[in-house]
This record gives sequence, C-alpha cells and structure tokens, in this order.
Amino acid sequence: MTVLRTIDLTKKFGDFAALDGVNIEVGEGEIYGFIGPNGAGKSTTLRVLLGILKATDGRAEIFGKDSWKDAVEIHKRVAYVPGDISLWPNLTGGEVIDLFVKLRGGNNLDRRQELIQKFDLDPTKKCRTYSKGNRQKVALIAAFSSDVDLYVLDEPTSGLDPLMERVFQEYAMEAKKQGKSILLSSHILSEVEKLCDKVAIIREGKIIETGTLKELRHLTGTILLVETKEPIAGLEELKGVSGIQQKGSALSFQVETSEVDHVIRYISRFGVSRIESSPPTLEELFMRHYEGTGKAVESGAGGES
Amino acid sequence: MTRHLFDGTGTLIRFVLRRDRLRLPIWLVSFAAVSAIIALAFVGLYQNQEERQAMAETMRNPAMTAMVGPGYGLDNYTVGAMTAHEMLLMTAVVVGLMSILLVTRHTRTDEEDGRIEMVRSLPVGRLSNLLSILLVLTGANIVLALLTAFSLTALGIDSVDLEGSLVYGAALGATGMVFAGIAAVCAQLSPNARTALGLSITVLLLAYMIRAIGDVTNETLSWFSPLGWILRSEAYVNNYWWPILLTVAGAVLLMALALYLNSIRDLGSGFLPSRAGKANASRSLLSPFGLVFRLQRTGLIAWAVGLLLIGASYGSVLGDLELFFEDIDLMQQMIVQAEGFSLTEQFIPVLMAVMAILGTIPVLLAVLKLKTEEKNDRLEHVVSRSVSRNHVMGSYLGMSVLTGFIMLSLAALGLGLVGNAMMDEQLSLGMYYGSAMAYLPAMLAMIGLAVVLLGWAPNLASAMWLYLAFSFFVIYLGGLFQFPEWVGKLTPFGYVSEIPIEEMNYLNAVMLTVVAVILTAIGFVGFNRRDIGR
Repeated sequence: MTVLRTIDLTKKFGDFAALDGVNIEVGEGEIYGFIGPNGAGKSTTLRVLLGILKATDGRAEIFGKDSWKDAVEIHKRVAYVPGDISLWPNLTGGEVIDLFVKLRGGNNLDRRQELIQKFDLDPTKKCRTYSKGNRQKVALIAAFSSDVDLYVLDEPTSGLDPLMERVFQEYAMEAKKQGKSILLSSHILSEVEKLCDKVAIIREGKIIETGTLKELRHLTGTILLVETKEPIAGLEELKGVSGIQQKGSALSFQVETSEVDHVIRYISRFGVSRIESSPPTLEELFMRHYEGTGKAVESGAGGES
Repeated sequence: MTRHLFDGTGTLIRFVLRRDRLRLPIWLVSFAAVSAIIALAFVGLYQNQEERQAMAETMRNPAMTAMVGPGYGLDNYTVGAMTAHEMLLMTAVVVGLMSILLVTRHTRTDEEDGRIEMVRSLPVGRLSNLLSILLVLTGANIVLALLTAFSLTALGIDSVDLEGSLVYGAALGATGMVFAGIAAVCAQLSPNARTALGLSITVLLLAYMIRAIGDVTNETLSWFSPLGWILRSEAYVNNYWWPILLTVAGAVLLMALALYLNSIRDLGSGFLPSRAGKANASRSLLSPFGLVFRLQRTGLIAWAVGLLLIGASYGSVLGDLELFFEDIDLMQQMIVQAEGFSLTEQFIPVLMAVMAILGTIPVLLAVLKLKTEEKNDRLEHVVSRSVSRNHVMGSYLGMSVLTGFIMLSLAALGLGLVGNAMMDEQLSLGMYYGSAMAYLPAMLAMIGLAVVLLGWAPNLASAMWLYLAFSFFVIYLGGLFQFPEWVGKLTPFGYVSEIPIEEMNYLNAVMLTVVAVILTAIGFVGFNRRDIGR
C-alpha cells in the first residue's frame, strides 16, 4: 500500500525550478532513502510533502490525501525532523519535546523517558546551550515518542556521534518492524545502505535513479579488482568499462553487467594473478551520478594515477 | 607566567575598534548631538528667565526628584542648570546601557560563540581580551566626555560655560566607565551571555531606583548608587569634581576585580551556578498560543511596567500643568483649545495619544514576532504538526490584541491614579480609562495592516515601523506644525475621539474596527496560501 507519493512534483522559486517533475513513492513498512548533493532539492521535496511549501505543479500525497489541503489532518500521523533545527533559546529541551508531542495531537507513546535516556540528552538545559547534535536529539525524541505511521526525516544524523547514530538506526528499524514507513534524506550513505529498502537519487531537482539497492547495483554492474602479470593494454577502450583506478599494483574498475563475460575473457590474456569482484557501494553509485557518467571515468582515471 | 597575561592586548584593541568602527562612533556622536540639541531646544522653548523659573517650580516636587534627581540651582534656573538637571540622569542611564551592551558583546557573547576560544589558542595573554575591551571602553568614555563638553560649549549659550560642560561630559563618561566595570564583573559571574546582560541591566535599573528612593526619602541611600554620585556634581551651578573622581576610582576598582575574577575562572563557566531548567513543560506552554505567550512573556511584563511608569510620571506633573502652561505659548499651540475644559483636561488626549502610539510598539512586536520565528526556521516546527495556519496566525493576533489592551489599561491606570493624587480636583478614573480605550480600535487597525503584510508580503512587514513613526509625527507634532487636517486622517490614530474634550465617536470606532477585521481576514487568506520559510 502506498503511504506517500509525488507525481510530477514541480516547485519553482521565481524562475528557478527547485523541483522539476519529481516522482517518488513510499510503501507501507518501507524505509525509503532520498539521497543527492546539497541543493539538489531534497529538503524542498520534504517541505512540499509537509505542506510548508506549496507545489507549483504536480501532486504530493500522503495517506492518499493532498499534502497542502489536508496538511493538518495528515500531520496527526506524520513525524517530521527538519534538516536545520533551530529551537527556542530560552526553552529547555524537555519543554520543547513536550510541546512538539502535544502539537501533534497528543498521540504519544509515553516512552519519552526511555528515549531521553537512550539518546543521552539532558532535558533540563536551555536550548541555547545545545550543540547541533543535541538539537537533533530533541527533534528525534519528539518524533519517536509520537505514535505515527510515517516519519519524514531530513538528514537526522548529520550531527550525531556514531553511538547515537546507532541508537537512531535501532529506532528506525523498530518502526519499520511495526509496519511504519520512513522517508529518510541522508548524506551518510553507509546509513542509507544499512537501513533503506529503496533509494532515490535526486540531482538538480530531478530524480535520476530510483529502485531497490539491488536493482541499482545490477544496473551499474560489478567492481573488479585485478592484478595481472603484464599491464592490461587498451582497457579504457573496452565497452562497458568505467572508473579505472590504480590501486597499488592492481587496477580497479567498474564493468557493466552485460559486458562482464567479454571483459573477463579480454583480461585473462594478460595473465591474471589476483581477481576480486564486489558489488558497487552506494557511494560509488552516488559518485557516478553526481559527477555525471562520462565525467566520472575521466576524472577517476586521470585524477588518481 | 604572569608576565604574559596581557600579551597581544594592543592588537586586540585594534581588533575591537575594527569590529566596532561604526557602532562606537554612532553611539558617541549621538550622545554629543542629543545633548547639544536638547540644550538648544531649551533655549527655544523657554524664551526668558520667567518661563524657566515657571519650569523650575514644577521641578519642586518629589515625583520630579525621583525621576531626574534632586533639584539644584532652582532659584536661578539658567539654561545650563536646566539642561544638566533635567538631562544628566537620563543620558547617564543610556551611557551606562551603551557600556553594558558593548562590554557584554565583546566578553560573554564572544565567549559563548566560541570566538574567544579561537583568540586564546593564539599566543595571546589570558586577560588580554578583557583588558582590551575595558581599555577601549575607557577611551570611548573619555572621548564621549570631551565630545559632549565641547559640543555643548560650542553652542555659545551664556550659562553653558566650558567648565560646566566639562563637568557634565565627565559625569557621563564616568558613568560609562563604572557600568563598563559592572558589566565586566557581571560577565565573570554569569554562566552565559544572556544572564550577563540581564544581570548588568538589573544593576543599572536598581541603581536608578535606589537613587530615586534615596533622593526622595533618605539621602544616605543614594550613596549606594553610582547614579546618585554623579548627580552630586551639579554641573553649571557648583561644578563639583570630586563625585566624578570618586566614580572613576570606583570604575577602576571594578575593572580590576573583573580582571582578577577572569584570571581565576575557566573559559565558558561562571561563578553563579547555572540553574537547571524544567524537564517537563507546564500545561500553559502546550498550545500554539501558549508558546507565543511564553516567548513574549518577559517582553510583555517589561513593556507593561514601562507604560505604567510613563503613565504615572505624566500623572505626577498633571497637578502643576495649569501653572506651567499659562506661561508658555509654545505648549499651548500643541493642544486643542476647547471652551469649558481645564488645561489639564485638554492635555489628557495629547498624553493618551503619545502613550497609545508608544504602546503600539509592543503590540506590533507581538504580531511581527511571527516573522522572526519564520526567519529562524522555528515556525516550521509548528506548521509541520497538526496545527492549522489559521491557528498559528490567530495565536500571534490574539497575543497582539491582548498586549494592546494591557498597554492601554496600564497607561490609563498610571496616569489616572497618580494624576488624581497630585491634583486638587479629581477627574473620574472611568474618564481616564475611556480616553485610553478609545485608542484600541486604532491599534486593531494597525494590527490588521501588519497581518495583511505578514500574509501577503512578509518581507515588507517592517514597513509597519515607518508607518508607526509617521503616525507619531503627525499626531504629536501635527498641531505644532499646523498640518492640514487631511494629513492627520492618513493614520488610524487620527480618527480617535479626544476624550474628555470630545464626545466618544462610536461610528469612527466601529468603522476602524470593521477595517481592522477586514484587513485581518485578507491577511489570513494570504497566510493560508503562501510558502513558509525565508
């Protein structure tokens, strides 16, 4: 069942199109990773979905309702953690958590205390004294102590230490187990890789890749690490090979799935002494899209060697 | 080790001056300019010795003593004596405020934002930062003293001689130094910048109040306040230097104390314990309006006390008005001449207009707070939860209307209660209250306009301040400059009935309210349609 979706969502600020026909769809019990460079339109998408910004064109729906018109109704079942969290300097963290839970409509799970302990937050301190990580904890505690069906999280761990990051991941997984959905915008690709069922990559307001990690990897191909007795000649001219890098005495490169057989046959002529294959990491996927397919090959090969 | 405590102070002094290269000159020139303008204004307002003597008579009452300090030279109230007597204390309070703001900015605020840490990691002495800002402030206050003294002397007024001007300027400068020292000590005691600022300003207000009570009841008490000391300099009459030297000595001691405290304190900590706040929110906070109210509570209380005091201080002179006005033509031009009413009654609408427009400042602050919250990305927290846009805007609107009601009520109460206590014939409190409440519809219209801007053009919302300034100009000075009548109708305050000399015009009041409601509705529509964010 679809919990959240956008159809050709477009948002313009003056002439600038921050979002240009964005289509994403999050199903029930799914953790959906939303990745892309700074300024690509991640936060704008989330803000439109929450009815904070009004879409110029296209549709944004949560629970089948219009995210602008039915914002108040939708928000009773949605928890949102914004990217830049600014809190009221003269209120304490505890007060802000209570306020946030109450403003959602009071459907709290009564596990505030547990969350405060797990996230190791001092709720009696004024927000002015909180670091970025602590402000994020306040927002996360408020989010996870509400009983909602969808979490919309904008880079929720960018200020947390690795220990707290793990606490966050536990709660995210727990929510997923209970059939809840999460839309997670993130820069921390290892986290997305660990948590997410599906991923969408956004760049300059457009979704350029979407699907399960497995699908994306399949599309991209395999990473080969090869050490040969003789240097491999003419590798860059080979069809389906990209991202060639010298790694010590070995060469690392990416091969498109359809060309693997052909490439293996070719390199075997040079006397293979070591070969390792691995699926591309999300980072490699991301970098490929980020830098543009053609450019990635050139800069990867030329810059490193 | 100790040799290096002050390394790099010279460089830091230049750095402070560089950062304040606009701020500092603006402060200093303003003081010199305002002092000179007021002295000149006194020359213009009171044409001869008799008029000044009439003014001197109104000074002979406890309320004025509490406000501006004990009278001196009242038997021969020259322009110099008048300027120094009526202006020194008020100006000194603002000079003290300047010192407090500058010192806190360069000490605790810098410390809280992590800038001091950066500076300290360089080969710079541990006390250099504090010493540099104290030296800058000392220098600034000396410049302030000389600048004020010379600009007053340059006016060429007979009774404003060089020595008196030097005493006057030095009294201001000494006050600035003392409060620089106080702010520096408070910065060491407090756990954070906000507390440091709050503590310093509390000391300033206490100094004013202790002196006020002391001057009226028991002069010994005034000696506990630095503001009480400098008032004893009696510029242009007796020109005593010793109170100024005493004040400067006190300032130096305070500065030394601040340096000592700084040397035994860890960066980022204070000597006063930082109290733990509440772990849970009280019920009153847990609603959009609760949040809006909580964020503005302190400001509301401060403004409420302020309006009450202004009302009370106007009230304290009501009793002397008749005496005062008979002699001064200029003042008579400012108020409407009406048959069958006493001068006091004719003056009440003028006072009410001033207080109503002043009271509109917190009213606009309350509604425009929405924009501050939006700019700081905090409105997002509220609208992303199940709170409608109408509910959000409604909370700010409600706060604003409540503020307006409180401001007018307290202004009327202060004026009425103190005024009646000072006068032989009493006016009814209901009349005072009605006269103030007549301004509520005009306030509502101002709020409505602010809501329209917030809904449709939030970036233009600050234009409300210009409009308010325009309103003040037209209403307060309109009579003096003899503006044509239609100019007064360009502001909602121009449609308010001048009670008690006019009957309450209910039609106008209803019309203003209707306009306010329509404007507010238009603003709500806009707010429901627009993006939230910067």
